[in-house]
Amino acid sequence: MSKKLLLTYDHIPGINTLDVYRQNNGYKSLEKALKTMTPDLILDEVKKSGLRGRGGAGFPTGMKWSFLAKPEGVPRYLVCNADESEPGTFKDRYLMERIPHLLIEGMIVSSFALGANTSYIYVRGEYFYIIKILQNAIKEAYAAGLLGKNILGSGYDLDLYVQPGGGAYICGEETALIESLEGKRGNPRIKPPFPAIAGLWGCPTVVNNVETIAAVVPIINDGGEEYAKIGIGKSTGTKLISASGHLNKPGVYEIELGLPVEEFIYSDEYCGGIRNGKKLKAVVAGGSSVPILPTELILRTANGEPRLMSYESLGDGGFATGTMLGSGGFIAMDEDTSIVKNLFTFARFYHHESCGQCSPCREGTGWMEKILKKFIAGTATLKDIDLLWDIQSKIEGKTICPLGEAAAWPVAAAIRHFRHEFEEYVNNPQSIHDVKHYFRLNNLVEA
Amino acid sequence: MTATSEIKFSVEADKKAQEILQQYPKDKSKSALLPLLHLAQAEFGGWLSVETMDYVASILNIQPIEVYEVASFYSMYNLKPVGKYLIEVCQTSSCWMCGSEDIVRYLEQKLHVEVGQPTQDGMFQIKTVECLGSCGTAPMFQIGDKYYENLTFEKVDSILDILRQENKYSRYV
Repeated sequence: MSKKLLLTYDHIPGINTLDVYRQNNGYKSLEKALKTMTPDLILDEVKKSGLRGRGGAGFPTGMKWSFLAKPEGVPRYLVCNADESEPGTFKDRYLMERIPHLLIEGMIVSSFALGANTSYIYVRGEYFYIIKILQNAIKEAYAAGLLGKNILGSGYDLDLYVQPGGGAYICGEETALIESLEGKRGNPRIKPPFPAIAGLWGCPTVVNNVETIAAVVPIINDGGEEYAKIGIGKSTGTKLISASGHLNKPGVYEIELGLPVEEFIYSDEYCGGIRNGKKLKAVVAGGSSVPILPTELILRTANGEPRLMSYESLGDGGFATGTMLGSGGFIAMDEDTSIVKNLFTFARFYHHESCGQCSPCREGTGWMEKILKKFIAGTATLKDIDLLWDIQSKIEGKTICPLGEAAAWPVAAAIRHFRHEFEEYVNNPQSIHDVKHYFRLNNLVEA
Repeated sequence: MTATSEIKFSVEADKKAQEILQQYPKDKSKSALLPLLHLAQAEFGGWLSVETMDYVASILNIQPIEVYEVASFYSMYNLKPVGKYLIEVCQTSSCWMCGSEDIVRYLEQKLHVEVGQPTQDGMFQIKTVECLGSCGTAPMFQIGDKYYENLTFEKVDSILDILRQENKYSRYV
C-alpha cells in the first residue's frame, strides 16, 4: 500500500468542511508553525524534505523560497498557481475540490515562512465551481481566526484571496500568471529578473503549484527528514498522478515516487491495465509537453532497467529514449490510437494557447498545426515529416518562455518513435476516415 | 444597440464588484479586471459588447483599450452574442481519444446546428475548447460553471432536456 500524505483523508465525508478537516489532523501544521517555529526553521524543513515543484518543472522548492528578496518596507507575496491547464493534468482540481482546507493550510504556513501578509490563489477561470469551493473554505477559515489579523494569537496577519483566470494555458507560466493577476494579457516576462526579486506589482513574489503548497503541510507535521525518507534519490516524497486515456481505472492517484511504471499501469491498486482487453501502444507520462514513449520504452529504460515513476528514471536517456515526470499527467494510449491524430490535438492546443510574443512560437505552432492537418487530410508528403522536424528544432531556446519548447517536444518525440505512422498517412491516405466532417467541425479549410 | 448610459451593474452585481476591488491594494485596482469582466459578462447577456467593456473601463478608471486587449486575449470572454447555454466540449488528447468528436457530432445532429452558431431559438451553442482538466472522466463538456463528465449519448439527451426545462442563463458567476 502506498503511503499517502496529501489524500490521506480524501474519502471522509465532509472533509471539504472546516469542522471535519480539523477532526482529521487539520491545521496542526499551522499551529506548530506559528507557535513553535520561525520562518527560517520552516524554510529549513522544506529544504531538508527535497520537495520539488509539482507543477511540472520540478525545481527544488526550498531553493526557490531561499531566493526571495527581502528589502525593507516592500511587501512580499505568495501566489499559488492553480492554473492547471497542461493536457492530461487534473490532480490540482481533485485536491482543491475534495480537501480545499489542505491547500489553505499550506498557503498560510508558506506565507508565514515567506513573510507575506497578502497571498493569492490564481485559479484557471474554467474551474469556476472550484473557485466557489475555495472561497467558501476561506470564509470558514476567516470565521475561525485562521486567516485575517493575529492568527491563532501569533501576531501574524494574512489575507488570502482567490483570483480567477480568463482561459489561457500560458498563464500557468509564472510571469504570465503575474501579468494576468495585474489585470493584463498573459504575456510572459523575460527572466531575469525572476519573480523572487521583482514579481507581482514589482515586489518579491514566490509562485508555487497547488500540490507543492499542499505538501508543505505534511512536511511541517512530520518534519522534512521524514518526507525525504519516502521516494528515491532526488525524487523525494509522494506525487499526485492524473491518469487518463484508455485505462480501466483513470483518476488521481497519490504514489510514492519510485513506483515502477509497469505496476502503476497494470496493478489493480492503480490503473488496472488497458481497457477493452487492448494492448498499450504509447504513453505521455507527464502532461502533453513531455515526449511520448512507445510501450517498450515507457516500461523499461533503453538499458533494459524497469522504468520508475521518478524525475530521474523517467528522464533516463534524455529525449532520445526517455521523457519527463512533468506534471504527472499520465495519458495511456491503446493499440488502436493514431499517434499522428493525437499529436494534431496537441499541435492545435499549443497554437491556440501561444501568447504570440515570440515569432518562433507564434508562427511555428501555426505551421506545425497546418502540416499535421495535411497528414489527417491525406495530402501530406514524406518531405512534410522532415519539414515538421525542421520547424520544431528551430523553436527551442529561441523564445521568452518554455511554451515554444512544450509545443516542439511532442512533435519531435512522435516523429522520433513513430515515424512509420507518419509515413503510413502519406502512403495510404484512405486510412483516414471522415476527414471532411472533421475539418468542418474545427473551422478548417473548405469541406 | 444599447447606449453606454444603459449599461450599469445591478445593486447586487455592484456589491460583488466592490468585494472584488477590496482584494487588491488601492492603487492596483486594475487587477480586478479579469474578475470584473466575468461579472459583467454574466450580468449583460453572456457576452461583452463594446459598451459593456467601456463600462468596466470606467469602473476601474482605465482606458477602454486596456479592457479590449484583455477581453480579446482570454478565451472565456465572448465578444459576440452566444446561445443561452454555451456547450463547451473539450477536444484535446484524452477527451479526443475517448470520443469527443462523436459527442460534438451528436450535439450537432440533435440541435440541428453547427459548431460556433447559436440554435434558431438562441438556446444552445456548441463551442470546442481545449483541455478542461477532466481527462480522467472523458469525454465531457462544460456549460456555465458546471462540468458534465463521462458523457454518453443518453446522458447528453437528458442534459439537454433538463436545460430546456430550466431555461435560465448559465454563466460563470
